Amino acid sequence: MIDSDKGNGRDRPEGYFSPDPWGWLKEHTDARIGLGRSGVSLPLKEQLKFNLDHARAKDAVALAFDHSRILEDLEKLSIPALHLQSRAADKNEYLTRPDLGRRLAPESLELLKERVKKDPELFRDRDVLVVVCDGLSALAAHSSAVKVASGFLDLARLGGLKCAPVAVVSLGRVAVADEVNDHVKAKLVVNLIGERPGLSSPDSLGAYVTYGAYRGIMEESRNCVSNIRPAGLKTEEAVRKLAYLAQKAFALKLTGTRLKDDMPENYLPFEEGLSFLPAK
Amino acid sequence: MPNYNKLPLKTLLAKASPLRSGDVLGGVAADNAEDRVRAQMALAETPLSRFLEEELVAYKEDEVTRLILDSHDAQAFGPVKSFTVGELRDYLLSERADSRSIASLSPGLTPEMAAAASKLMRAQDLILAASKITVVTRFRDTIGLPGRFSSRIQPNHPVDDLKGILASALDGLFYGSGDAVIGVNPVSGSLENLLKINSLMAELIERYEIPTQSCVLTHVTDTLELVRRGAPVDLCFQSIAGTEKANRGFGVSLSLLREAKDAVLSLGRGTVGKENVMYFETGQGSALSSDASFGIDQQTVEARAYAVARRFKPFLVNSVVGFIGPEYLADGKQIIRASLEDHFCGKLLGLPMGLDLCYTNHITADQDDMDVALTALGAAGCTYVMGVPGADDIMLNYQSTSYHDVAYLRKITGKLPAPEFQEWLVKMGIHDESGALLKPSVKIPLLAGGGGLAGF
Repeated sequence: MIDSDKGNGRDRPEGYFSPDPWGWLKEHTDARIGLGRSGVSLPLKEQLKFNLDHARAKDAVALAFDHSRILEDLEKLSIPALHLQSRAADKNEYLTRPDLGRRLAPESLELLKERVKKDPELFRDRDVLVVVCDGLSALAAHSSAVKVASGFLDLARLGGLKCAPVAVVSLGRVAVADEVNDHVKAKLVVNLIGERPGLSSPDSLGAYVTYGAYRGIMEESRNCVSNIRPAGLKTEEAVRKLAYLAQKAFALKLTGTRLKDDMPENYLPFEEGLSFLPAK
Repeated sequence: MPNYNKLPLKTLLAKASPLRSGDVLGGVAADNAEDRVRAQMALAETPLSRFLEEELVAYKEDEVTRLILDSHDAQAFGPVKSFTVGELRDYLLSERADSRSIASLSPGLTPEMAAAASKLMRAQDLILAASKITVVTRFRDTIGLPGRFSSRIQPNHPVDDLKGILASALDGLFYGSGDAVIGVNPVSGSLENLLKINSLMAELIERYEIPTQSCVLTHVTDTLELVRRGAPVDLCFQSIAGTEKANRGFGVSLSLLREAKDAVLSLGRGTVGKENVMYFETGQGSALSSDASFGIDQQTVEARAYAVARRFKPFLVNSVVGFIGPEYLADGKQIIRASLEDHFCGKLLGLPMGLDLCYTNHITADQDDMDVALTALGAAGCTYVMGVPGADDIMLNYQSTSYHDVAYLRKITGKLPAPEFQEWLVKMGIHDESGALLKPSVKIPLLAGGGGLAGF
């Protein structure tokens, strides 16, 4: 403790640290208020806390995506999956060239086409395609993506939806799922992707839901469930929300700004079975 | 090497622009380092008159181009009409250019001329030239006077909790921040929510007679609706950009901005001034990100947004530098450069220019970069910066400047808050007469009497 004269057995002259006498305001917000000051500057203790949070967020961005772990975990749950790559060569290029992160690498494109051709029973006439990307936080993908994917796919199957194998895309952006879907042609695409880490939320996963996704679809055509992480929106809640959005998307045949999220508190996913699907 | 004199003006400007990732992404950056300097040499020889003849976006197709050319003041331009871009740069740095002469020249300069000159200036040139310019605006206090440095309190909360917002706002006031505006970015755009936040801020300002103004940073159409419902709106916020198409991406046009300004003007809530009621936000990269930059480099198209801003005599303008991501400004170096360019161009075009100096966690930047940028902008005479609790915006998930940073900058530059606000801080026992923070005391009236507001 540098800014306190307690606990180190030494007397410190007064005036190095000036506490803020409005600490009670802190109960109303997680914002960094009532920090006190040394002169006018940030007390060292607070600066180091800030630095630690920033370090964690930076590490989350830099962390390499362990896609094989995701694939193994999905396999253990008997969820078929395949691995693809974007056109970004490495993390640095990924960060500065979002256009490359939105496109599949040529080899991955070939691989995908081949798989779709080889396994028609797994890919034909699908309702749902789940994509997993590292995005800006591989940490988020590692910690939550499999749980959210499997939870949602379980519910979707219970609801009678046909699900395509999960596409795990390294160095992918949100829109890379659109290109994947150009070849899978599922009705609804859910892209689970690591979000831009906040200072106190390095492990936040986002879920982008797009009905009728194709390469070039407008960004306004998506719904997003954000802040999925242990200390934020819990996995079960996120899955429930995704089921709700999926159900509504199938009913309205769209996602985006015209799909308003007004999920009732007591919403139970796919309660009415397939009845929400439009008549054939 | 190309024949630089035969390049279209926008290509020459783009090649001459100091390296940044957004121009690489947009495919307009110089091919290599030599190409860039050769383009700068050619740009230095380019007559300013060429900027009035060669449109960067077609006049017929773009209302921003029309605004720039139709409002160009030929008389003000007179003294520099035979200048090259290089001569404009030299002139601005010379003893002949002072606050008055630059102010009278300003309406004769187009944003593209300002951008062009900035591309030929190093950091110290951008600082020195900008430091000569004074732009003063008024609402409940007077912003931009020499020797003054202001700040916005940005008390955002991730679920718009009123007590949370108020707690952060009070923390800022206790640190002497908030003379530019108390401005909240709401999470929910529901009208009911906007009304609640707007009313809370108005009540805070009224109860403690704080010589400042509030703003809920929402779309102009929401603000128009707030005005219609009789809400106590001080300033009207809007994000703007440098082309008609990019503005359409923001859902605005010049006529809509005019309508919003008239509506807020009609409320007449200012005390020391009634003319400045708009608060504009801009930022390099916004035009490209909405596919509306027409092959113009991001710094030049950013400067065009200032032509939109100056049309409406805003109370505040700030560029946001470092928020969108490393695809536009890759690191601290690019952020620092961009912040000085935007500040210089904004001031040269007559705007009360502030900066949101910031970074996200996927940019190569940290607090050291913010400190260097802030200190440079303090020397350049920047009008205001953001005050975010502990520099950490827990709603927008990025880091900006803090209440502590504002106090730091005032301390090392000897600058004071806006005069009316400084007087209030003294009355409240927060600042002494010299502008130094007093030892915090529970006797601050604000602390004693928080009761009632937001249910405290």
